[in-house]
Amino acid sequence: MEKFTRITSVAAPLPEADIDTDIIFPARFLLLLDKAGLGKHLFFERRYRPDGTRTDFALNQPAFEGAKILVADANFGSGSSREQAVWALADFGIKCVIAPSFGEIFYNNCFKNGVLPIVVSGARHDEVMAAARSGGELTIDLEAETIRLPNGPEFGFEIDPYRRRALLLGLDEIGSILADDADDIARFEARQRVESPWLQLDDGRLDRLFPQDEEHTR
Amino acid sequence: MAARTLYEKVWDEHLVKTYDDGSSLLYIDRHLVQEVSSPQAFAGLDAEDRKLRRPAAHVAVADHAVPTRMRHLPLPEGLARAQVSRLEANCEKHRINYIGMRDDRHGIVHVIGPELGFTLPGATLVCGDSHTSTHGAFGAIAFGIGASECECVFATQALRQRRQKTMRVALSGTLRPGVAVKDIILGLIARIGTNGAVGHAVEYAGPGIATLSMEARMTLCNMSIEAGARVGMVAPDDVTFAYLKGRPLAPAGADWDRAVAHWKTLPTDGGAVFDREVELDIGALSPQVSWGTNPGETAAIDGQVPDPALEADPVKRAKMERSLRYMGLAPGVAFKDIAIDRVFIGSCTNGRIEDLRSAAAVVAGRQIAAGVEGIVVPGSATVRLTAEAEGLDRIFRAAGFEWRESGCSMCVAMNDDRLSPGQRCASTSNRNFEGRQGQGGRTHLMSPAMAAAAAVTGRLTDVRDIVGNNGAAA
Repeated sequence: MEKFTRITSVAAPLPEADIDTDIIFPARFLLLLDKAGLGKHLFFERRYRPDGTRTDFALNQPAFEGAKILVADANFGSGSSREQAVWALADFGIKCVIAPSFGEIFYNNCFKNGVLPIVVSGARHDEVMAAARSGGELTIDLEAETIRLPNGPEFGFEIDPYRRRALLLGLDEIGSILADDADDIARFEARQRVESPWLQLDDGRLDRLFPQDEEHTR
Repeated sequence: MAARTLYEKVWDEHLVKTYDDGSSLLYIDRHLVQEVSSPQAFAGLDAEDRKLRRPAAHVAVADHAVPTRMRHLPLPEGLARAQVSRLEANCEKHRINYIGMRDDRHGIVHVIGPELGFTLPGATLVCGDSHTSTHGAFGAIAFGIGASECECVFATQALRQRRQKTMRVALSGTLRPGVAVKDIILGLIARIGTNGAVGHAVEYAGPGIATLSMEARMTLCNMSIEAGARVGMVAPDDVTFAYLKGRPLAPAGADWDRAVAHWKTLPTDGGAVFDREVELDIGALSPQVSWGTNPGETAAIDGQVPDPALEADPVKRAKMERSLRYMGLAPGVAFKDIAIDRVFIGSCTNGRIEDLRSAAAVVAGRQIAAGVEGIVVPGSATVRLTAEAEGLDRIFRAAGFEWRESGCSMCVAMNDDRLSPGQRCASTSNRNFEGRQGQGGRTHLMSPAMAAAAAVTGRLTDVRDIVGNNGAAA
């Protein structure tokens, strides 16, 4: 995974609550099989009119071209679990989303893709939104856990220490579980096989239920 | 040991280890795999040359992209075919059991998991789909994950997680005739908001729960995510055990007795403390309809489109204005005066046999209004076959509905079942997001009986005005 340490960029303002993942990445593009190149579908219905012309959506405006930061409103990324929403943001160049609250699955998905979601609410959020609208550059420093606004003020944000470290290092979480925890997982499975054998289906029951002979196919 | 909640008990039983920072490695018993969230997960696995840890922990089915008609034909050339073929190839390579589109056990992941007995009380179950909360109806910890976490489950059978806070929703009272469990969950979301339960594992409890069938409990847990909660649960009881007994993957013989004895220890202990408590008198509820573009923008059918001018919070006001613009609605219009173009009965929320029965009871002997198109999409082939054995398909067809094959269909509009721009739909699905049922489509969420009533009159309708107050269609 790509590392996240520190970015300085203009921030695109998206002052609207409840931007769900269907708005971020419309479902019809979910038929695509790859992670790469999804940025062109990002916010598709917001960026393009039905006739294909571009709207004045923030990410279409020259002032916010190349923005690596998005300042959104409450409940950003609610709804569907589609990780395509994060892949599309990342592919478009967005590395950080600041909002008062997030959909939980979206929030989790960000950390798997080098994207930093930051919770900022209340008057602080108003300040950040105003800074984004001004078109000035914000600096996000994950090491220091700070956001610096264009006119100078700097303040801290909170983030889970493990997630912070994972982003800073570009950690391969699956690799580290396999390397460090495989024995614990094996011990757990052995114990479960004794205590709750019905939870494990390795006895071939599944294979018998779904034989390859098309018995259940009309 | 201190008194614990249902969620905490199942969590503790799946704790592989606790890390120094307080986060946990949680063991995942079951994984439902579908075509949309799995291709990138399999590709990630292959890129690192990693093996599936336990093939028998996964069952795969293509539900989102598949057509709901002409299923005897091969899928036409195109993206959907490529996606389904990719799933089949990945399952073959990694030895995952795959249920084909023409198998008589095909269906939406969240409908077939319980039908197969793959979903069990006290289990942990995940799927790359947010409506995985459905399976919590059995007393499982079940939650939606992204593709990266699907990859992690393939490789490790575990996920690094933090335990959620807990929230109890206590249901009291008895539903009035014509009011359904869909109205409970819509009414709850209207009250607490679409982020009202973020960060919490919700347990639905209280005297109102005991009388609910498993199908109803699944509808309830299914839409937990629309209140922001990844996890929604109901404690297992005799209704749960009766549903599961004899299912193909449910334990049998001595294992069954052992399992039931254990499942009976799972309900929340008296004295266990929840981080948050919400009470809902379900006896006070009327049938609900959504009017906006998220499930929290919902009200009782006898009301009218709300006026954003009366909303004090500027962010909420702007959101309401945008919703009404998208929905093509003016403040003050009575819901019952809103005409519809389409009706969709189906989805992982309301595509089960009880849902079809309650819609059919309203439709029986009546006709879809002129100019309205309606489709009924059973949540699974099992539901379809059961409905056909009961003659429900004939009732729907006689009324003018199309009777389709199982899949997600017009809930997510990834196949050909979708609204045209500006079309208005009475829908039993779970999301009224902009474009959810097709670009520019306008969705009103409601119960199956309410959708059936709307089909008959051609406008949003209080089902109680159609069937009377004797409860025939509750």
